[in-house]
Amino acid sequence: MYQEKPKYDWLTIGLYIFIMLFGWLNIYAAGYDEEHAAVFDFSVQHGKQIIWIAIAALLAIIILYTEPRVFSNTAYAIYGIVMVLLVVTLFIATVTKGGKSWIDFGSFKFQPSEFAKFATALAVSKYLSAIGVDLKVMRTKVVTVALIAIPAALIFLQHDTGSALVFLGFVLPLYREGLSGNILVIGVSAIVLFVLALLVNKFILLGILVTLALLYLFVWLNKRTRNDYLHTLIVVASCALFVFSVDFVFNSILEPHQRERIDVLLGKTEDLQGSGYNVNQSKIAIGSGGIIGKGFLNGTLTKADFVPEQETDFIFCTVGEEWGFFGCTLLIVLYVILLQRLIVMAERQRSSFARVYGYSVASILFIHLFVNVGMVLGLVPVIGIPLPFFSYGGSSLLAFTILLFIFIRQDASKNQLL
Amino acid sequence: MSNQFSDRSRVVKIIFLVVGVLFIVRLAILQLFNPEYKEKAIMQSLRNVTQYPARGFIYDRHGELLVHNEAVYDLMVIPRMVKDLDTGYFCHCLNISREEFDEHMEKARKYSPYSASIFMKQISKEEYAKFENKMYRFKGFYISQRTLRIYDRPIAAQVLGYVGEVDQGDLDRDHYYKRGDYIGKSGLEKSYEEVLRGTKGQKIMHVDVHNREIGPYRNGELDTMPIEGCNLYTTLDANLQAYAEELMANKRGCVVALEPSTGEVLAMVSAPTYDPNLLVGRIRGKNYLMLNGDLAKPMLNRALMGQYPPGSIFKVAQSMVALDLGVISPETGFACDKSLVGCHNHPSARSVREAIKMSCNPYFYQVYRRVIQQGKYKNIYKDSQYGLTVWRNYMLRFGFGQKLDIDLPKSGLSTGNIPDTAYYNRWYGRERWAFSTIYSNSIGQGEVTVVPIQMANLAAIVANRGYYITPHVVRFYGPDSIRNDKYLERHETGIKKEYFDIAADGMFDVVHVPGGTARRARVDGLDICGKTGTAENYGNDHSVFICFAPKNDPKIALAVYVENAQGGGGTWAAPIAGLIIEKYLNGEVKRKDVEKMYKEINPCQKLPLTRRVKKQRKR
Repeated sequence: MYQEKPKYDWLTIGLYIFIMLFGWLNIYAAGYDEEHAAVFDFSVQHGKQIIWIAIAALLAIIILYTEPRVFSNTAYAIYGIVMVLLVVTLFIATVTKGGKSWIDFGSFKFQPSEFAKFATALAVSKYLSAIGVDLKVMRTKVVTVALIAIPAALIFLQHDTGSALVFLGFVLPLYREGLSGNILVIGVSAIVLFVLALLVNKFILLGILVTLALLYLFVWLNKRTRNDYLHTLIVVASCALFVFSVDFVFNSILEPHQRERIDVLLGKTEDLQGSGYNVNQSKIAIGSGGIIGKGFLNGTLTKADFVPEQETDFIFCTVGEEWGFFGCTLLIVLYVILLQRLIVMAERQRSSFARVYGYSVASILFIHLFVNVGMVLGLVPVIGIPLPFFSYGGSSLLAFTILLFIFIRQDASKNQLL
Repeated sequence: MSNQFSDRSRVVKIIFLVVGVLFIVRLAILQLFNPEYKEKAIMQSLRNVTQYPARGFIYDRHGELLVHNEAVYDLMVIPRMVKDLDTGYFCHCLNISREEFDEHMEKARKYSPYSASIFMKQISKEEYAKFENKMYRFKGFYISQRTLRIYDRPIAAQVLGYVGEVDQGDLDRDHYYKRGDYIGKSGLEKSYEEVLRGTKGQKIMHVDVHNREIGPYRNGELDTMPIEGCNLYTTLDANLQAYAEELMANKRGCVVALEPSTGEVLAMVSAPTYDPNLLVGRIRGKNYLMLNGDLAKPMLNRALMGQYPPGSIFKVAQSMVALDLGVISPETGFACDKSLVGCHNHPSARSVREAIKMSCNPYFYQVYRRVIQQGKYKNIYKDSQYGLTVWRNYMLRFGFGQKLDIDLPKSGLSTGNIPDTAYYNRWYGRERWAFSTIYSNSIGQGEVTVVPIQMANLAAIVANRGYYITPHVVRFYGPDSIRNDKYLERHETGIKKEYFDIAADGMFDVVHVPGGTARRARVDGLDICGKTGTAENYGNDHSVFICFAPKNDPKIALAVYVENAQGGGGTWAAPIAGLIIEKYLNGEVKRKDVEKMYKEINPCQKLPLTRRVKKQRKR
């Protein structure tokens, strides 16, 4: 077999390292006080994170020295093991912050749901790259959705709604592999309608919809066929049904704290001491950063523990307060470059396994970025998921590292004969 | 390898880009165009520190200090800042056990690991001195100073009152107070609370990330300074008060001494009493429970709260009313007819003056009958109604049957009872009662009750020959010597001065003439005028005496009330009053043996003072 020296994508690796180290600086700043100023104080989070970074680096190197085929060959096995772990977690997990997603190993805790992401990405890629599999076939659709839905459901049962929602990200690789684009349009429309239904009187909303439909039929279209009428009617009817079911979903299916978070986001309640506290504090911390921020270790709110979960889910506040608009913009630009780069890389793959996997990686990272930063900025309801490579936490850092480096490894040997 | 869908990558890329741009726009809104968040951030890093003003002092009429403040120290702790603490040594310095240390520390940590809370309350100056110079070794601890009330002499507890932490009611009523503040709970501390407390100040401090103060905000230009409380200059005579309290030791009852010409309270004793310093500082809670549970009610100010039958002292007022109405003349005489009402053995009184001297019950029965049944109506019921109304109006002018507007808390003040027609109508039915039903009032028994301060006021009215000035305890307060105008106003009874001269003569005879009922009140060289009373009630009789001296130009008017004393007013209350007057007018008491006897004897030895006996008696 023809063996070529692997060509690693150093831009991606560089972005990864930069984001991770910048993250560590902010974890250090968020927990900073004079007592624990030592960098290698392993009793506090920034010290522990050093250990995690070291382990992550080690894992990355190991992955880069592994044959790329190993991952596609063991994809189902890994998937199976992680699914078993998720089931086991349900029974032996210790309850942390209302969720049951952590397994205790003495002084360290381990969160299997983080690892379910790359396992699922592997399994879906493996399945879709098999010869003769076509997403236009119903059977393929069902299997693919099942592969994604099983871990999502198990994680949902662990009361980790945030991590379960991440699996919606798989819509993007599926779209790329041929799923109808309508799925994206429907998804976005559903979110818009949901929000509007909560904010606007439902009959006014319906009136607007009907008006739009009539405009479409009689102004936009020059010639109208019978099918046009039928389709428009179906669309309007399903919209109406959706709008009127929003109340039911909102009041009966969502948990009270989830309802409150949505209400806070939509500005319907302003419970600054209760459910609105985090977001309000986070907006104050970010807003007070101004253009260039207060400077490293000079954030006052960051350190006075005004913002809860400052090191993990709300780490972006620290960036906002201490590094200001410039720091935040830089970080977001770096993330967007990383995402674009991953798509470019995915498109240059010769194996469809690597392509689907690349899309999955980009999508999972994207969902995390969107939900996490959106939440901190008050654009998305509070959903506790980490910022990739940036937030404190061993499980998430290791899992994201594995996720990313498997793809870097695939990409490095893309020209290898299959 | 690309396939038919490769152009979809553009859609995905655009989605990523759009979200990135959306975030940057949002960031710009928050960080560049919204100054509100910056201000909020500043507000969060500021802390308001309350500056407590010193509470006003209280002085007696001669400028002697009665109440002042003393610094005590609260040991504060910020748990997160405690480090390298030699716990054993620390406990040794504070004289606490390791368990107590852990308990305090846990409490503080629970409150907040970052902000200060009280580790140990109210450490005395002496205790603090012991470890003051070692404080540097205890990182995370600091001292916060506050003041406690110190009562210089253990006297006048019920008049001065006490200070305690505000309760929910106080917080709801007045937003000046914050939880943990102190407020006057009774006595002068309560009635002059707003004068004594001063005004709190406020400092706005920058706090650092650990909530430590790092300096004043805007150089303190928004700070307000505390304004010290005003001093009270009272009318009390500390020596007289102390002396009266000594005399009332081992007894239940009260003494009220007034300066008749001004209405100033010279002394106000309620026995049993307590040391006001018991209700200060860390020992307060324990002692409060003890005092509050005591059946002898030491915290009750009997001089203002007690409602007693006045007994024979009431006859002075009765005779004034009758003379003013013209239903008797100064020379009217009545036979001592014991069939009307019981009396002791004495010759019949031939004038008002003699009647007062001998305290003849049948005489005042007749007097009161003439007041109540004036013959204005044929119907004796209607006639009695009319008479009672006329009589009651007189009594109100004497200050009876209403709260005297003294400058002590109104809640601690009784009205006494001067029954009106409605009262008897309710009791007996309309036109179902007449003089024969209510004649007990004539001699200060029956439905009439009087508060000791009103009795002293009666003595002052006779001393002033017809008017009184509302008794008060504070002469003026504050640096501007603010006086209350209502304590300059004369309240006239509207009865002629000559009649009061007759009363004064009669009261002089009570003490000085053979056959008078209060010979034991006599003091050589002083012309004391007095009137005894023996109020019947369920237990032993109460012993009452009101008096004033000197007869012309009186300097002191007095009421002494001894509960359940065996023997009448002449036996107990009169000699005590004599000693008090001697002390006040002569400066010292020559009759040491008499003084000693009355200080020591318990007139109600048969009366239970303990819970155990009281319980038995109930059975």
